Amino acid sequence: MDKVRALIVDDSSVMRKIVERSLRQAGIDLEKVVEAANGAEALGALRENKVDLILCDINMPVMDGLEFVRQIGTVANAKGVPIVMITTEGSESHVVQALSAGARGYIRKPFTPDQVKEHVVPVLGKKL
Amino acid sequence: MSVDTSAAVRSHEENWQPVLELAVEEVFEIMLGCRVRPTSKAEHQAGGEFTAMVGLAGALCGVLSVCCDAQTASRLARRMLGDIVESEEQVSDALGEICNMVAGNFKNKLAGMDGRCMLSVPTVISGGEYEFRSLTDGDTLDVCVLFEGAPVAVQLALHG
Repeated sequence: MDKVRALIVDDSSVMRKIVERSLRQAGIDLEKVVEAANGAEALGALRENKVDLILCDINMPVMDGLEFVRQIGTVANAKGVPIVMITTEGSESHVVQALSAGARGYIRKPFTPDQVKEHVVPVLGKKL
Repeated sequence: MSVDTSAAVRSHEENWQPVLELAVEEVFEIMLGCRVRPTSKAEHQAGGEFTAMVGLAGALCGVLSVCCDAQTASRLARRMLGDIVESEEQVSDALGEICNMVAGNFKNKLAGMDGRCMLSVPTVISGGEYEFRSLTDGDTLDVCVLFEGAPVAVQLALHG
């Protein structure tokens, strides 16, 4: 199994830790975890770090998750990196907006490690 | 569980109370690994040292709050994070996220709300010398649960 470098974007540091723990509980072997508190920080982090997976909240100050997904194409490092949204915004319109912008998966909070596995493993493709 | 939000059935007290209760129960069970059931608010007065709030705007307008004493807030954070809670900031963060997830989970269970209600980022107040008053003028839904024997009060105060 390849090791995975993940970027976790959430304005809650507690939630970032929970997402990281859920990834490990889902059997994903994490080589490195980069954290960002909003979309703008995440774009900066992506310029400095190569990652294999991005997990991103929607409701965040400064730059929300949908705007981050729309702007991610401006970062060369991020081309082709799968994005999975993890958010309390569970409406169909948010799901459609996120997937249209380029997200590959959508997990509603509250979530279980099994749900993380179900949505993350397929988008990692041959990484696992 | 999904409840229609059309005007014909929009009797908040009757229809939304069990939805809010279920939203609270699910967040505690899934994120804290703890089964809770609604209990009498009159018999269990939650301490008010920590209050987390999330605003709702759009088709559903109001404030959802989660309130408990400092010791309970700390235990909630430890339950969410394991034994790595180091600061009051993390305790506030954890309570804010619980409030955020209850609000989102509640909203997501209301049919017809799709994309028409937005949530604010959470705000958390802590301390002993404050009084929380929501300036809403509609129905108020209250759910009180016991977490490890201590009350946690959840309130949804709606604009009319």
